[in-house]
Amino acid sequence: MNRTIAIVFITASISFSTSSIAGPREDLLAQYAVAAKSSGFSAERGQTLHTRNFNGGKPVTPACTSCHGSDTRAPGSTPIGKSIEAVAVSVTPSRYTDPAKVEKWFRRNCTEVLGRECTPQEKGDWLTFVMGQ
Amino acid sequence: MNIPYRPITLGLIALVFYVLLLERAMAGGGHFYTPVTDPLVKEECGSCHLAFAPSMLPARSWQHMMGNLKTHFGDDASLDADTAAKITRYLVDNAADAGERGDGGKLTRGVAGVPQRITELPKWVREHREVPDWEWRHKDVRTKANCVACHVGAAQGNYDE
Ligand code: HEC
Ligand code: HEC
Ligand code: HEC
Repeated sequence: MNRTIAIVFITASISFSTSSIAGPREDLLAQYAVAAKSSGFSAERGQTLHTRNFNGGKPVTPACTSCHGSDTRAPGSTPIGKSIEAVAVSVTPSRYTDPAKVEKWFRRNCTEVLGRECTPQEKGDWLTFVMGQ
Repeated sequence: MNIPYRPITLGLIALVFYVLLLERAMAGGGHFYTPVTDPLVKEECGSCHLAFAPSMLPARSWQHMMGNLKTHFGDDASLDADTAAKITRYLVDNAADAGERGDGGKLTRGVAGVPQRITELPKWVREHREVPDWEWRHKDVRTKANCVACHVGAAQGNYDE
């Protein structure tokens, strides 16, 4: 009886801690850290990546903000008029929880803006930035 | 003279309402193009632009487009093979040449070749002949593919305003 309770309690606390400490976003960050051999990610560098104008990609979209807008907590819009939910996790909590979706859009959007794919370091910085927004 | 305005007005309102309803209900009706209902297609083909109605292009056009997503009008819209196959099936099953499911092929009648743009179909061009140049260049429109800017009901399949 006591053992059952103890097991239930331990199982519950493990699943609780895995969901709060190592969610899919944290898993992604951990993968990027390994791939980048990085000592850490910086929200500040992520913000610079987000707002900077590049000229390697398509002329209509020089920056991430061209579509995602300058306010991370407000909706954005594509050049073809489709609205995009805010990138800030505080506003759109479901964001960055499907790793395949995150990778797909990093690939597309970095090519669109920078004219090349983003490095794992850049992805980790950007993700850290929007997770804190 | 004692004309019963109220009943006439009410009758007229009811009639207009009925006609509007009928128009919307008729899948083959003039301004209605069955919108995408499949969640996968909505997600994958509806995040950069409106998920265009499959009945606006023939099956051969969708097949060609789905085989070339890596170079999709200057964008990389590529998908894994399994997802692409599912989407292709949906688009082909509801394409302009799929009979009733394709809304009778209103936009593509007599079109030859493998058109990739709805906005280059002769019937589409004819319907938009009177739209002035400045309107296309308006900052809220920017591109012909931005149907929703002018047709607020486009996502529901209505192109009547
Ligand atoms: C051409 C418009 C456009 C530009 C420019 C753009 N994005 Fe996006 N982005 C989108 C769209 C559309 C989506 C998918 C819709 C959604 O997730 O709401 C998206 C989604 C994403 C996602 C996945 C979100 C999730 O919930 O998983 C990431 C990550 C992302 N963008 C990063 C970036 C970064 C980094 C840049 C700049 C290098 C950038 N984007 C520039 C249009 C754009
Ligand atoms: C990464 C963004 C992106 C995704 C995802 C995407 N498209 Fe597009 N699509 C575009 C762009 C950019 C254009 C060109 C728009 C313009 O001319 O302004 C376009 C144009 C089109 C057109 C022609 C519009 C016209 O002018 O008549 C069709 C049809 C189309 N897309 C279908 C699809 C289908 C089907 C899918 C899903 C498999 C899809 N698109 C996914 C970016 C995208
Ligand atoms: C700049 C504004 C604008 C844009 C953008 C636009 N349209 Fe139109 N469209 C019009 C106008 C104006 C008419 C004529 C309305 C009428 O005659 O009732 C029209 C008519 C039509 C009709 C015929 C409706 C009917 O039966 O009379 C269809 C179908 C249509 N548009 C589809 C589209 C599609 C699909 C797109 C996007 C690929 C699009 N339009 C983009 C303005 C626009």
